[in-house]
Amino acid sequence: MLEGYGKLTKISGAKALVDVLYKNDVRVIFGYPGGVVLPLYDELYDSSIRHILVRHEQGAAHAADGYAKATGKVGVCLATSGPGATNLVTGIASAYMDSVPVLAITGQVRTNLIGNDAFQEADITGITMPVTKHNYLLSDVEQIVPTVNEALYIARTGRPGPVLIDIPTDLFVAEVEFKYTDRVELRGYRPTMKGHSMQIKRAKDAIAKSERPVIVAGGGVIASDGCDELRAFAEKIDAPVTTTLMGLGAFPETHELSLGMPGMHGTKYANYAITESDLLVAIGMRFDDRVTGNIEKFAPNAKVIHIDIDPAEIGKNVGVDIPIVGDAKHILGKLLSCMEARTGADWHKRISEWKHEHPLTYGKDDGKLRPQYIIEQVYDACPDAIITTDVGQNQMWAAQFFKYTRPRTYISSGGLGVMGYGLPAAIGAKVGCPDNMVFDIAGDGSLLMLCHELATAVENDIAVKVILLNNRYLGMVRQWQQLFYDRRYSHTDLESRTDFVKLAEAFGASAVRVTDVKEVRPAIEQAMNTDGVYLIDFQVEREENVSPMVPVGASINQIMDV
Amino acid sequence: MKHTLAVMVENKPGVLARISGMFSRRGFNIDSLSVGVTENPEFSRMTIVVKGDEQHLEQVIKQLNKLVNVIKIVDLPSDNTVERELALITVSADSDSRADIMRIVETFRAKIVDVGTKSIMVEVTGDEGKIDAILNLLQEFGIREIARTGRVAVMRGGSK
Repeated sequence: MLEGYGKLTKISGAKALVDVLYKNDVRVIFGYPGGVVLPLYDELYDSSIRHILVRHEQGAAHAADGYAKATGKVGVCLATSGPGATNLVTGIASAYMDSVPVLAITGQVRTNLIGNDAFQEADITGITMPVTKHNYLLSDVEQIVPTVNEALYIARTGRPGPVLIDIPTDLFVAEVEFKYTDRVELRGYRPTMKGHSMQIKRAKDAIAKSERPVIVAGGGVIASDGCDELRAFAEKIDAPVTTTLMGLGAFPETHELSLGMPGMHGTKYANYAITESDLLVAIGMRFDDRVTGNIEKFAPNAKVIHIDIDPAEIGKNVGVDIPIVGDAKHILGKLLSCMEARTGADWHKRISEWKHEHPLTYGKDDGKLRPQYIIEQVYDACPDAIITTDVGQNQMWAAQFFKYTRPRTYISSGGLGVMGYGLPAAIGAKVGCPDNMVFDIAGDGSLLMLCHELATAVENDIAVKVILLNNRYLGMVRQWQQLFYDRRYSHTDLESRTDFVKLAEAFGASAVRVTDVKEVRPAIEQAMNTDGVYLIDFQVEREENVSPMVPVGASINQIMDV
Repeated sequence: MKHTLAVMVENKPGVLARISGMFSRRGFNIDSLSVGVTENPEFSRMTIVVKGDEQHLEQVIKQLNKLVNVIKIVDLPSDNTVERELALITVSADSDSRADIMRIVETFRAKIVDVGTKSIMVEVTGDEGKIDAILNLLQEFGIREIARTGRVAVMRGGSK
């Protein structure tokens, strides 16, 4: 399909778009057709790019996000104008909050109808301005090729993020001479990659002097592909590492230096270590309120070294003593080469006491079917799996009780917290990593939000395994109502008579219901050994809580069992 | 404290919306904003006046810098910058008051740009304080209409 471009050949805008995507190594698009994108879909009909037809555009955006998080490549989603485009918005906003490289392409009404309230017209560039890294409304077919190059470059470089291109339908049929170039010239966009050497030296000195250092690693370490450097760095300076929700897998949780996750539902020992630390080395993380708790009392004794590629994150939430703007992998490499090895026996002794006294745990051996046990069994059966989650209790248990040892294996809507994210994200992850087992740890509330994506998985033979933690509640909200609203379960008891097994089967998936703790492991193995999409409806303890927990407004060392 | 930012942006559709939208969604306030093309038609220069402490200003500048269409931002030092606003003021004027108004206009080195039977239009340029001052004096004659630009500012000594 790419022959003959030495000569200048006139082709349609639609073909130019498909060709430039292909030239940029785009091999998968998650999308949904409609009126104004008909010429583009005609071009996709016999293109080498695989198009995965979702059942709702939100699913396309989350699938592109899941694909990007699992592979590190840009995920691409496509929708028609108006409602197609607006349905993408939640997915784009989630990708923005989690810094995920996603390219969203939307059709728009004809150029001469824009602003006319035409059929299926929506100002999607206006709507997505606050939730994209950048966006474009094209007005000329000549812009298609350079804009796609630019958009993909912006999406994947610096702090990654979603970029949207809105293309009026007449540009798809207009003819253009295809002049491929991969040159991107952006005067206003030059991400800083290399850390300032003076600051790196200051960081080195601060680390050498510190007695109780803690490394807090976030999603930026994974985005920069700096996990090997992080591990070597942590081992060299002998510092414990806590990984945020977006950073899970950046540092192996089986490693003795691992503290697990910090913050609201983190481990007690991670929170205690941060609170008593004299030096935080924060890398590719942004001091989200779920991590810091009461910001006034966060790490009160610590100097802060903050390494981030986005200068606007530095000093935004907490005061920083040593800011280093740049790429985490690069800066960790520099630190590694100039640091002397050090050890911190006293500090480790203190931490191992905390670990011993306050392990992550839950009610065991009482024969009850608890969600934490199910997650542990998934880990035990398939430690190399990719896990996607919905949002709420399922998301936190999946973060707490699966041990992440490799990057890009915990895939969740962290910043925006989109219920229903897990299934389409699992589809995207499985498409990107077909050789991996992909489990969607789902909640029953969340799953129903985008359950139609089971059809997408079944029809496209995308063998995701859905672990449904079915407590017939909106569990996390119920937990807050229990703790802070005197158990007044206002509209969180789903009283569900929904039969998820039948639902899955109706979409053509295999499914089984599990009510007994003894059936957990065999069911997981059955799911793994069965071809195709598989759902296990685990009827779990209804009022199990995510524990421990930092109440809103408390400092993170006031973490309590709930 | 007020800061005057000179912001070079690409002269493209939607850039003003990107900038004003960023200010509103991040809870930053704009005191005034003015835009015009530069000697190079590919760029516009915005002069944005913002109020806030150092940390606030730092965030404003960093968030502005993240916008792809923003090329360069300079926080203009107030002691080394020429700042101007322009105002067109229509003042009620009859034969009795006309002479008084003209004296004020002269004192402020303002200009009379239109005379009607019952009013005079005054054009005044200067910094914010000067315009506030002349407005204050003209108030007693009765201000019928006023249009005031935002601030434009350029650093002294030829630096950009």
